[in-house]
Amino acid sequence: MTQYIVLSAILFTIGCVGVLTRRNAIVVFMCVELMLNACNLAFVAFAKQHGNLDGQITAFFVMVVAAAEVVIGLAIIMTIFRTRRSASVDDASLLKY
Amino acid sequence: MTFWLLAPLMVAAALGILFVRKAVHAALLLAVVMISLAVLYAVLDAPFLFAVQIIVYTGAILMLFLFVMMLIGVDASDSTVETIRGQRVMAVVLGLLFGIVLVVGIGQVTFGTVVGLDEANAGGNVPAIANILFSKYVFAFEATSALLITAALGAMVLAHRERLTPKLGQADLAAQRMRDYAEHGKHLGPLPSPGVYARHNAVDTPALLPDGTAAESSVSRVLVARGTVRSAPALADDIDDVRRQIGGLDGHGDPTTMPETSGKAGAPAHTEEDVQKGEEK
Repeated sequence: MTQYIVLSAILFTIGCVGVLTRRNAIVVFMCVELMLNACNLAFVAFAKQHGNLDGQITAFFVMVVAAAEVVIGLAIIMTIFRTRRSASVDDASLLKY
Repeated sequence: MTFWLLAPLMVAAALGILFVRKAVHAALLLAVVMISLAVLYAVLDAPFLFAVQIIVYTGAILMLFLFVMMLIGVDASDSTVETIRGQRVMAVVLGLLFGIVLVVGIGQVTFGTVVGLDEANAGGNVPAIANILFSKYVFAFEATSALLITAALGAMVLAHRERLTPKLGQADLAAQRMRDYAEHGKHLGPLPSPGVYARHNAVDTPALLPDGTAAESSVSRVLVARGTVRSAPALADDIDDVRRQIGGLDGHGDPTTMPETSGKAGAPAHTEEDVQKGEEK
């Protein structure tokens, strides 16, 4: 069972680094999805470890929330792109000033 | 066994997301990770999540990503300029530290014997999940319905655009065209079409002006920006090559060794996304 959790941790770390390093908003978003997926893997693995299905239910809810989040997030990215003609996270910096 | 086959694949694909330049490639690598995850769910006795993972994540969410990528431009690749100096190095170092701490921490823990889901899944995984979902978690389930409705509404509000200026009709566009001609001397007619040559006619080859220079306006500026435009003089380079091949055959050789005449020889490799982008603009 440890190997599943370790894989989940590795995927989560890769997603983290991706969020911190990539500049394209869509790729940043994909890395967030990767982190959510890594958490789901841990949930499902622990469900098997403990022999009850609560972990699988939680993973299911995470998927539902992720779907809603992607819809809103991509709509925001599109709105920003429409006004700024750029999908780079560095260009949306008006709040800084 | 399945795990050890899939885990290196998943880590490699996930690392690929960090390094590929094009967002489309990142999306495809993410699809690899997600499908592999679905298989792992199946291995972990979660057939329902296996199906949901493929349908919701790979089917819906990734396609949504690809749609948005088409809308905002496939070639919107990352800029390499760092806004904060040393940010990337810091991020990688922090990420490595975080990963090491996490993996070492997990390595210290013993999980005990695996109970397994045979008992919980006795009547089938889907009925068992339904039993819990509609009894213990029924309020959370109701809350997700509110969440999904809010998300749909929010997406509509965000994606809807108010028209601030009146829509330009055909007469307005014609008047604008005449105004441009009067003020800037901009050509009134349509743009010139791309070059048509004996062995190559495609939108990526500019037409030639009478003096032999390429007509810049005859190719789409998207193709120019992407750097996939062929220069017309370069097409002439292989004329000697073709002539030599024909001469060597004396006109009655084996047709299979005849030179390529479909006009595709040496054409730059086009990917699907290039074509889509070209059509979109």
